[in-house]
Amino acid sequence: MKKASGPLTKRAISRRSLLKGGAAVAASTAVTGFPMVWAQALKDITINHTGMSYSTIADIAKQASKDLGFKVEMTVVDHPGLTNRMVNDPKSIDVADMEIWQNKLMVPQGATQAVEISKIKNWGDLTPLFTEGKFAGKEVSRQGDSPFEFMYREAKDGKTFAKAPTAFASFCPGVYNADTLGIRPDLVGRPITSWADLLAPEFKGKAAIQNIPTIGIMDAIMAMEAAGIVKYGDKGNPTKEELDKTISELIKLKKAGHFRALWNTFDESVNLMAAGEVVIQSMWSPAVTAVQGQGIKCAYQPLKEGYRGWGNGLGLLSHLEGLKLDAAYEYLNWYNSGWVGGFIAKQGYYSSNPKTAMANLTENERGFFYEGKAATADITSPTGAKTNSAGDKRDGGSYEERFSKVGVWNNLMDEAEFLFAKWNEFSAA
Amino acid sequence: MTPSPSTGKSLLPVYLQVAPLTLVLLCFFVVPVLLVVIVSFMKYQMLVGIVAQFTLKNYVDLLSNPTTYALYLSTIKFTLIVLVITFVLGFWIAYFLVFHVRNLITAIGLFLLCTIPFWTSNIIRMISWRPVLGREGLINSGLHNIGLIDKPLDWLLFSDFAVVVAYVHLFTLFMIVPIFNSMARIDKSLLEAAVDAGATRWGVVWNVVLPLCKTGIALGTLFVVTLVMGDFFVVSVMSGGLSGSATSGIFNDLQFLNYPRAAANAVILLVIVMLIAAAIFRLVDVRKELVR
Repeated sequence: MKKASGPLTKRAISRRSLLKGGAAVAASTAVTGFPMVWAQALKDITINHTGMSYSTIADIAKQASKDLGFKVEMTVVDHPGLTNRMVNDPKSIDVADMEIWQNKLMVPQGATQAVEISKIKNWGDLTPLFTEGKFAGKEVSRQGDSPFEFMYREAKDGKTFAKAPTAFASFCPGVYNADTLGIRPDLVGRPITSWADLLAPEFKGKAAIQNIPTIGIMDAIMAMEAAGIVKYGDKGNPTKEELDKTISELIKLKKAGHFRALWNTFDESVNLMAAGEVVIQSMWSPAVTAVQGQGIKCAYQPLKEGYRGWGNGLGLLSHLEGLKLDAAYEYLNWYNSGWVGGFIAKQGYYSSNPKTAMANLTENERGFFYEGKAATADITSPTGAKTNSAGDKRDGGSYEERFSKVGVWNNLMDEAEFLFAKWNEFSAA
Repeated sequence: MTPSPSTGKSLLPVYLQVAPLTLVLLCFFVVPVLLVVIVSFMKYQMLVGIVAQFTLKNYVDLLSNPTTYALYLSTIKFTLIVLVITFVLGFWIAYFLVFHVRNLITAIGLFLLCTIPFWTSNIIRMISWRPVLGREGLINSGLHNIGLIDKPLDWLLFSDFAVVVAYVHLFTLFMIVPIFNSMARIDKSLLEAAVDAGATRWGVVWNVVLPLCKTGIALGTLFVVTLVMGDFFVVSVMSGGLSGSATSGIFNDLQFLNYPRAAANAVILLVIVMLIAAAIFRLVDVRKELVR
């Protein structure tokens, strides 16, 4: 895709240029000599994108269908729902919007086929966070499942991950972010600087943690380590003893009434925060945006131990072939061409192609979301609600500042089954 | 034209009459339950789900895990509390409607009034307790304003109390309806006779009305027990995820695609609920009472 270079090229990736891009793919794909026929047949194709609510957004499908000339539809599931569907009903999905660690399950099972990097036009522009395991010139934390470790496969139909870049990607990099704790700055009464504050006695009955074991445990681990309660060899892959200790500490806290609630869904976390039931809790970026959208002060507080990073990748299901596979590749190319990047930036996420994403934001938005500058005018959410006023700065600063401080990645730990059993005890306690 | 049981031919119409319901029950009850039972004996592979291999591990896991007992205990606690409250409320509301409201039209009108909340969805009725019970909710700010408390009462929301409030609100009608139904069939002259024979007001309720409402009470109990025992949503929303129920254990297993263990848990729950139902039907012969 074209390189966008400034605010004036905000709409650089216009429909027209995309269609041209499509035609170029048409000419270069298997159906040699009959691009017209190809384009005609392409119209009847539907690509199903299935993923989690935070990234599987109907607006994206709408825009994609408009830009690409074939239909893209979205199906929202939860994490277990996605793995489940990919195994039990793979034909119902074409493009799976998986979190990185889900590849650990799906690639060895052959649920997805490799993405041929030569077919991704702007691969070179994608963030080295995914493609090289580096960020801002430095090695990215390997605690947990960092994107680079699962980025490449040995071969096209390979079921093992490659340690160094190959020509075959496990998935096409998608959205990602650095998560931290959400706080109500007006109600906490003091500066919050550490994950340990989640467990601070003064917030007894005013703290919450997410009830999603794979992520909730990471927040707990960050907090326990920061508070010096439990020591971990590798936070991203704790041992049974470490998990046992962590959960029994969590149960103690729960029984002592430390947690006001354990939230299961995104909107629960929004309500807890907006109603003032909770002043410090695990939170996702769009939830913070949603609380701010209600005119309530809510900060996504940077903490000295660093962030909990996560990333998504778009995987191609194994059953894709021929025309449908071509269409899926077009969709992947479109996905990183800018519109999506601009859209999801407003809910606090980053695009794997920061260059095109930034070109799809206004100067004010670009400064606020990516460059750590103070907003020069109101900042709005993807739905148009006002989230920040002129003068506000994004919590944690610029893209570079935030992502160079990822301490641990969301993951599927070796002891996951043990974790699930223990987490059940925590919810039942 | 009563079909005699000795000739197969004349039985055909009977079979035909029974067939639709039998088919529906087969398709939508027997087959699914059988599937659940079958899956409960299968193996689980992490985050992949079912592996078709026979194992007893799921049952062993569940029955040897203290968490299971904690969850069932919590469910039974909620069931008993809710049962007592809904019974007291349901009985007296029905009593008032049947014996104190003289005019039938008014009684029916008031009865319909009880059903109005059911025009909105379960979820809305439950969630709407949040702004009432919350830390900055109606009750807390009301009490604060009249100076009764200086710190909000935290136990109002995200507590067992909140769960019980929601259950009572949601399920009392299921107690009112069957009790109302059996009370309305009581011949009023029986009450007069009792009074004439020297019974006190309480004596009438205790010795005449209550025994004659047995069917309604049994049916209402059955409704409330099955509804509370099968619920995980109200518990998780109203307790803010802090309390669990037997079904929330099943839900947690589903989250990790552990269908086999979830199925085993479902079978155990089913057995317990059926035992409770059997006990209720042993105490009250609902069938006999209904055709009375």
